[in-house]
Amino acid sequence: MTMLAVETTTTTVQLHVDGDWLPVCDDPSRLTPGRGVAVLLPDGRQAAVFQDRAGRWYAIDNRDPFTGAAVLSRGLLGSVNGAPFVASPLLKQRFDLATGRCLDDEAVSVTAYEVRVAS
Amino acid sequence: MTTTTPPRTIVLVGHGMVGQRFLEALAEVGVAGRDRVVVLCEEPRPAYDRVQLTSYFAGRTPAELSLSDEEFLAKYGIELHLGDPAETIDRERGIVTARSGLTVAYDTLVLATGSYPFVPPVPGKDAAGCFVYRTIEDLLAIEEYAKGATTGAVVGGGLLGLEAAGALKGLGLSTHIVEFAPRLMPVQVDEGGGAALYRTITGMGLSVHTGTGTQEVVTDENGAVRAMLLSDGTELATDMVVFSAGVRPRDQLARDCGLDVGERGGIAVDEQCRTSDPRVFAIGECALAADGRVYGLVAPGYEMAQVAAAAIAEDEATATFTGADLSTKLKLLGVDVASFGDAHGTAEGCLDVVYADSRSGTYKKLVIGAGGELLGGVLVGDAEAYGTLRPLTGSVPPVSPEQLVLPAGAGGPVSIGPSALPDEAVICSCHNVTKGTIRGAVTEHSCTNVPEVKKCTKAGTGCGSCVKVLGQLVTAELEAGGIEVDKGLCGCFAQTRQELYEIVLALRVSSYRELLDAHGRAEARGGDGCEICKPAVASIIASLAPTLGADGYVLEGEQAALQDTNDHFLANLQKNGSYSIVPRIPGGEITPDKLIVIGEVARDFGLYTKITGGQRIDMFGARVDQLPQIWGRLVDAGFESGHAYGKSLRTVKSCVGSTWCRYGVQDSVRMAIDLELRYRGLRSPHKLKSAVSGCARECAEAQSKDFGVIATSNGWNLYVGGNGGATPRHADLLAQDLDDDELIRLIDRFLMFYIRTADRLERTSTWLERIEGGLDHVRDVVVDDSLGICADLEALMTAHVAGYRDEWASTLDDPERLARFVSFVNAPEVPDPTVKFVPERDQIKPDLPLLSLNPTRTLEGTATR
Ligand code: SRM
Ligand SMILES: Cc1cc2nc3c(=O)[nH]c(=O)nc-3n(C[C@H](O)[C@H](O)[C@H](O)COP(=O)(O)OP(=O)(O)OC[C@H]3O[C@@H](n4cnc5c(N)ncnc54)[C@H](O)[C@@H]3O)c2cc1C
Ligand code: SF4
Ligand code: FES
Repeated sequence: MTMLAVETTTTTVQLHVDGDWLPVCDDPSRLTPGRGVAVLLPDGRQAAVFQDRAGRWYAIDNRDPFTGAAVLSRGLLGSVNGAPFVASPLLKQRFDLATGRCLDDEAVSVTAYEVRVAS
Repeated sequence: MTTTTPPRTIVLVGHGMVGQRFLEALAEVGVAGRDRVVVLCEEPRPAYDRVQLTSYFAGRTPAELSLSDEEFLAKYGIELHLGDPAETIDRERGIVTARSGLTVAYDTLVLATGSYPFVPPVPGKDAAGCFVYRTIEDLLAIEEYAKGATTGAVVGGGLLGLEAAGALKGLGLSTHIVEFAPRLMPVQVDEGGGAALYRTITGMGLSVHTGTGTQEVVTDENGAVRAMLLSDGTELATDMVVFSAGVRPRDQLARDCGLDVGERGGIAVDEQCRTSDPRVFAIGECALAADGRVYGLVAPGYEMAQVAAAAIAEDEATATFTGADLSTKLKLLGVDVASFGDAHGTAEGCLDVVYADSRSGTYKKLVIGAGGELLGGVLVGDAEAYGTLRPLTGSVPPVSPEQLVLPAGAGGPVSIGPSALPDEAVICSCHNVTKGTIRGAVTEHSCTNVPEVKKCTKAGTGCGSCVKVLGQLVTAELEAGGIEVDKGLCGCFAQTRQELYEIVLALRVSSYRELLDAHGRAEARGGDGCEICKPAVASIIASLAPTLGADGYVLEGEQAALQDTNDHFLANLQKNGSYSIVPRIPGGEITPDKLIVIGEVARDFGLYTKITGGQRIDMFGARVDQLPQIWGRLVDAGFESGHAYGKSLRTVKSCVGSTWCRYGVQDSVRMAIDLELRYRGLRSPHKLKSAVSGCARECAEAQSKDFGVIATSNGWNLYVGGNGGATPRHADLLAQDLDDDELIRLIDRFLMFYIRTADRLERTSTWLERIEGGLDHVRDVVVDDSLGICADLEALMTAHVAGYRDEWASTLDDPERLARFVSFVNAPEVPDPTVKFVPERDQIKPDLPLLSLNPTRTLEGTATR
């Protein structure tokens, strides 16, 4: 996982999808630290992109595997022992942002994407 | 235990509740896994929770009722043959033959065949439309037949009969109960308890016929049930009949192979559950225990299962079963019924202490022995005290028995905590777990919370009626052990919500980060917090905003990142990711023009529209990118946010009041509107609901609200702490005959005191019950100003009222914030394609995406029982 701090607004947020770096947002300041946004991927999938309080970026699949709704981008961020997670806004299961693992159910996980901010 | 014994074959006949418990016990004593275990199961499915059978009609699926899991069976190599009952036993050769022709040679045979429902030998008993109530298959058949029926009758007014009657009623049939004895539940309750039950159950619309028997089932020309002829000569028209007139032990298999059975049935066993053949055991409802009784409850059966397993394991300290307590607590048709110990007062020299209130359908009787010891009792209508009374059986209660039966509120109620119980007291009767065992789980097995204790002891995993007492015991034990029970808000803060409120107020902290970094737990400082403390702190900051000099707008700056998703989008998230919108309709009063606007908006955006339970209108199915346009239309027409999404004031319901109603004594609509406008937008620990009724008839249901107002000829009565929802509570009268100003001043103080001292997500009802001193303390503080803080409380409310702004309008005015209301940041024009709808009853409903989850996963709480 690459983590970079935001520097200027001329940069773009990029996701590592199927071997390519895909620009998804050309104005990182649109993100409130501690919250997420949803992005539409070319194949129709959705990703949830987050920025934590330290300015680090993360992205995971937007679909909540427990309900099937594409809402993870609208959950609240938090951290346990320094590891950031998002809590699904529907039934509150937590997902580790770096790995996509569900912290409340070992058998469930979502895809995690690499993110970088580049100009 | 001997390790040299060669593997034996143990055959279990019957995979019911007790059979399954027996298999678990075999595993616990190390026999399963070493010896071969074969199970013959008559039903088409493995063991399930028969006790909870009726919950099928409440939506529990057969799979959810299951008690056994494949993993367990596979782990111990248990061979389970479904749908293949044992038909004959050859004891000489030690062979069981099943219906399929399968033969199994056994070293040890265990019969756990349960009971069959007794059907009185009346003419017509086998007609189409006659059923019994014992298995999942019975329920499926009843459900199917009921589709073509309008009336049903249950024969038998005992425990199971009442359950069956509740099920028929739930299926929409008008339902009769016919009981031969002169009262309902003759085995469990006495005459007074039966009378209380009768009143409550007939009050629910069921017809009860006691003291009369069933003479004949009358059929129509097709041989289907048409009516029932009763012994008093009446003919009761009915489309179906469910027999629930008791059960009989299934001992035929045992009789056929010459085992001893009791005169009135039941396979005779000794204290180790061995039958007259030492190689054959019998457990559960089919067994006639050493004390000469057949037990029709699951807890004694579980005990027998353990005893038999221990005997088979040749455990040195082999346990015995010499009889059990028949105590039960049930919720039948929503009525609590409990009986314990010597409920009928058969001991010599015993006396009854009785409390009866026929208005509320409450009946409580305690049987007290000559020495003052509690022998037993019956509780109907309110069985709250069962958890502490039953374990006290046999000892002299710490307070007088009169005090134990008086209802809360009548002359100082006494609730004796579980700390008063002796260690031998059985806390969980389903699994026969004593207080000592529970304490041991904490002290010796270092369990630190209720789920761990449940796992360790099985307590609380049966009917669930002991869970409350279990929680109290675990907390008490942890505290006694010097283990500090962490009362902190969450993993980030060691303080309670109340303590955080005081810190924020005293130090004027208006930023969450500042609070976390300066006052959070060491390991949480500098981190991202969590989903528990963020909204809680956001709420504290919002309710103190004017006083702290913070922005009152909940999406301002850092506050936006703290809000729960609903507050963040100023709308309620629905299961498919769409949102619902509720405009404020103060007091429920609305002009036709405004109604038309709501209709037009809903129509134009294709929203599902519903009148809510709170006197307003909810529009469902908006995508996140549609929210601003919808608000725009509503705000233009003079609407504002109804805060349906916030932990804040919801509605102030009104009745029509003195303006129109012939009984009204005050203008309840005006007062409701005034109150709703005054407290709108006030962020609080939980949602706040209110209502104003124009007279004592109470059409606005004010006594079920957090603060409720009822008009009197002299002014207003103020009630506080009411609650609907999951644990309803009637509000308490705080003050009487107030004029308008006095009323508002008291509510200002009350609400601000609650916001200051309540826990996160604690409604006023639970807060009032929890805080020390209860209602009296609150009255001292807010009416008599005993803490001298009333001026502060009023000032806080004045600041809130002055600072109020509509959140929808503020958001619409701010283009930057509006930019957030898109489905995709990289494709703002594209609506979320996963939010889809399908038609239903002329409107829409969510079209839910299919879940493709790993089917073997277990959800939280469903893992083990
Ligand atoms: C819409 C409505 C049902 C309806 O179609 O009528 C409703 C809908 C919800 N209720 Fe309710 N409640 C609604 C009236 C009630 C009432 C009746 C009343 O207010 O008179 C009650 C019982 C009264 C009470 O609260 O004391 C009620 C007791 C609850 C509870 C249980 C609260 C409790 O203390 O036990 C919850 C859960 C909670 O808040 O934690 C709840 C939670 C919810 C939530 C917010 C659940 C959720 O998180 O999704 C539902 C939101 C749906 C939505 O998107 O709008 N709802 N809910 C009603 C909205 C009234 C309104 O105009 O604002
Ligand atoms: C609706 C309902 C509600 C109840 N509520 C409560 C309650 O609240 N509290 C309480 O303590 N108890 C309650 N009970 C009673 C409780 O369910 C029983 O006490 C318990 O199930 C007894 O367990 P068991 O294993 O002895 O019998 P069962 O659970 O009946 O299991 C016996 C099994 O053996 C099978 N069998 C019979 N003969 C053969 C054969 N020849 N070969 C193979 N298999 C055979 C049967 O098909 C059955 O599956 C309730 C019962 C019902 C029906
Ligand atoms: S009762 Fe309330 S919370 Fe429950 S489903 Fe209905 S609307 Fe939702
Ligand atoms: S008493 Fe039934 S679960 Fe404990």
